[in-house]
Amino acid sequence: MPLDESFVGRSWPAETYEVSLEKIREFAVAVGADDPVHHDRDAARSAGHPDVVAPTTFPVVFTWPATRRVVDDPALGLDFTRVIHRDQGFEVRRPVHAGDVVSSVVSVDEIRELAGNDVITFRCDVTDADGETVATTRATLVGRAEPDGGDA
Amino acid sequence: MSALSDLASGEALPARTVTITRADLVRYAAASGDQNPIHWNERVALEVGLPGVIAHGMFTMALAARYVTDLAEDPTAVVSFSTRFTRPVVVPDDDTGATVEFGGKAGDTADDGSRTVTVTATHEGKGVLGKAVATVRPA
Repeated sequence: MPLDESFVGRSWPAETYEVSLEKIREFAVAVGADDPVHHDRDAARSAGHPDVVAPTTFPVVFTWPATRRVVDDPALGLDFTRVIHRDQGFEVRRPVHAGDVVSSVVSVDEIRELAGNDVITFRCDVTDADGETVATTRATLVGRAEPDGGDA
Repeated sequence: MSALSDLASGEALPARTVTITRADLVRYAAASGDQNPIHWNERVALEVGLPGVIAHGMFTMALAARYVTDLAEDPTAVVSFSTRFTRPVVVPDDDTGATVEFGGKAGDTADDGSRTVTVTATHEGKGVLGKAVATVRPA
């Protein structure tokens, strides 16, 4: 089923997320990031950070739920059960740290069709409480065509 | 593991092998919030046509990012990182898990001192990340 192309260029209202020390620790443990700056406040401060800092891909903790809200909009026409995550990118302006209150604004950069599959690229602009850019992430999802060519 | 700063442009990165078990996937699902059952439920994974439970692409990417920050000897060194998820990593229901071998190549240094690193990740001899390129800020 073709996606609603009018979603291209649209942005959605910001979703805020408050980053906690414990969430950073939990994520760092899960990805095996054992550097003390992810776990210990004093170690992080000694290294020049305001508080414990998050591993590189941590922003997915808040960018994915913000993106998912658009993915699940029935008007878009994307069947999540047939979605695969094809590409992911991070541009990091500064590390996320505990105490950050970040805002994620999701936009749709591109929609196209590739061999019957729907391809959609989401951008997420992440800013901090002062409005400064923290990171920009991009995720490209593919909605696989129905095996029976159901979109014919 | 030798530091990135010791490597000339074009030199191979020291390889690292990481084991991924079902327990790792459950832990990552909770930590990341990605609770998609294809990453922990064999029945659902098979139903949607996968060969079995597969690792989150984002988990493999997180491991690749850690590989780069360890090489850079700075946990906050990565200023950009993008990749394509080219093949799934199937994680068996045993205590051995699946192995992913990380490698790659040191890239050029830009005028501002930042440096590119190309990362490869292979599982059972086949690449699972494509076009995986990180930029590392100057130390």
